[in-house]
Amino acid sequence: MNQYQEIARQGLWQNNPGLVQLLGLCPLLATSSTLTNALGLGLATVLVLMSTNFVVSLIRHQVPNEIRIPVFVMVIAAVVTAIEQLMHAYTYALYQSLGIFIPLIVTNCIVIGRAEAFASKNAILPATVDGLMMGLGFTAVLASLGAVREVLGQGTLFDGADALLGSWATVLRVELYQSDSHFLLAILPPGAFLVLGCLIAAKNAIDLRQKKKQQQVKTITRARVTHSAGAESAAGGN
Amino acid sequence: MSFRIASSPHNHSQQQTHVLMRKVVLACIPGIAAQCYFFGFGVLLQLLLAISTALASEALILYWRGKPVLVRLKDNSALLTAVLLAVAIPPFAPWWIILLGTAFAIIVVKQLYGGLGHNLFNPAMAAYVLLLISFPQQMTSWLPPQSLQAQQQHLLDPVCTVFTNFSCAGYSMTQLKTDADGMTMATPLDTLKTDLAAGRTVTESQQHKIFAAVGGIGWNWVNLAFLAGGLWLLQQKIIQWRIPVALLGSLALCSLLAYLIDADRNGSPLFHLFSGGTMLAAFFIATDPVSASTTERGRLIYGALIGLLIFLIRRFGGYPDAVAFAVMLANLAVPLIDYYTRPRTYGHRPNAHKHKGVH
Repeated sequence: MNQYQEIARQGLWQNNPGLVQLLGLCPLLATSSTLTNALGLGLATVLVLMSTNFVVSLIRHQVPNEIRIPVFVMVIAAVVTAIEQLMHAYTYALYQSLGIFIPLIVTNCIVIGRAEAFASKNAILPATVDGLMMGLGFTAVLASLGAVREVLGQGTLFDGADALLGSWATVLRVELYQSDSHFLLAILPPGAFLVLGCLIAAKNAIDLRQKKKQQQVKTITRARVTHSAGAESAAGGN
Repeated sequence: MSFRIASSPHNHSQQQTHVLMRKVVLACIPGIAAQCYFFGFGVLLQLLLAISTALASEALILYWRGKPVLVRLKDNSALLTAVLLAVAIPPFAPWWIILLGTAFAIIVVKQLYGGLGHNLFNPAMAAYVLLLISFPQQMTSWLPPQSLQAQQQHLLDPVCTVFTNFSCAGYSMTQLKTDADGMTMATPLDTLKTDLAAGRTVTESQQHKIFAAVGGIGWNWVNLAFLAGGLWLLQQKIIQWRIPVALLGSLALCSLLAYLIDADRNGSPLFHLFSGGTMLAAFFIATDPVSASTTERGRLIYGALIGLLIFLIRRFGGYPDAVAFAVMLANLAVPLIDYYTRPRTYGHRPNAHKHKGVH
């Protein structure tokens, strides 16, 4: 497995910001009431992560170690401000519905976390790919959370997608069932916690099942036991 | 000759879980009967739906978890959860309300936390909060007592209304809630809250015909019936006196203080004690052995905390009744209460653990 595959695996699954690191829970829970909102914030976060990781990696040799955190924060703040202005200009409806959570990407722990833990120690290309993968992992969780909550809460999918993608996107709206009374809990924050809990449980269950499968394979051929155990501990050390 | 050495506790209560749960269910019967008498047979239908959903979802999830299904089903705990939820929701609520609530109570609140004995919250009350927050309209459509209803209730009306939203004669929920004079009726607690918000005094509000000398018509008897069932539980030693007494005492004390300070803006203590779900909460819900505090002093604190919260939410909160919220908030405080009220172990000094902490 080469370096980029490993980065992708870490960001999308193994070390997923939403399901494993549990970073950025505030926007994750607050903006995932519909799929459109979730995708919008997810994509904004992807852009922010890629740009900040790129810039931080670019200046990593010039920044003195003692003041690196303030410098990173300023880089992040500048990038987020730029993206906020872009969304203000081109996706105004989405900008309004996401509200305070766009500028709050500054405080999202994933961004400063990746800048400090990965981008400041790696070359430009891996750092940018890491930002992309972490962002995509976060977006995937955000979007599935948004989809589940939207279906449970109001029985639709892609409601208001035109705010994100332009007027053609109204055709994306799917109405799964019609109901007079919305299931408010799914739209309110407690619903987000419950669904996120279920997602995390599902991920752990899948991991557990795979682990069991691997162990079964291992016990068949004894010679491989020490070999793959060694490889695993090396991978765990990363 | 060898002696068998057994560790404490040496004195076991011989009550088994399934007997205990069955007796609590039996003690609900007077309350259910009173509800039937005053509000119609809807509660029986809700009970039927709730119990079947509870048993089905419990069986399903036990099977999934690889646990013995029949043995666990026989402990009656799912039955009790279903009964408590069914008596707490409006008798004419649509069928999917109780289905959703019971399934949530059993699957999420009880089994996802590890099953009987591991749940942090009272399953019935957590489900009630879920329903109340999600479907406020359906969860507040209580009918007035039968004596005040303009439309005479037909025997099959609960069935029609629960499944189709209309009574057999075709009346909607709003029409059913209307009395002979065309006034829409709410529960006593709801009426008082609305009237106080509109600037009327308690005395003016209680001119409304749903009020009796104590509490509201029907509600006072339902509460008395649950009180009777609760006293039987006490006599059977199924529950201990601490939680109910602390809960009712603190609710009475708080409402008495408020009543003495401003009798125009606060219901009397008797009104609070015999309205809404007070007695159900005190004897059947707060005493849940799993989610309640386990120490003697802790139970007093826990009960008093629920009483205080019920009063505060009823008086200052947005909802007319507060039992479910109060019980859930107190459930959250239970680990803390238990930590600070650990009893002295036999043979140890009163503050032994503090001395340990110093060294």
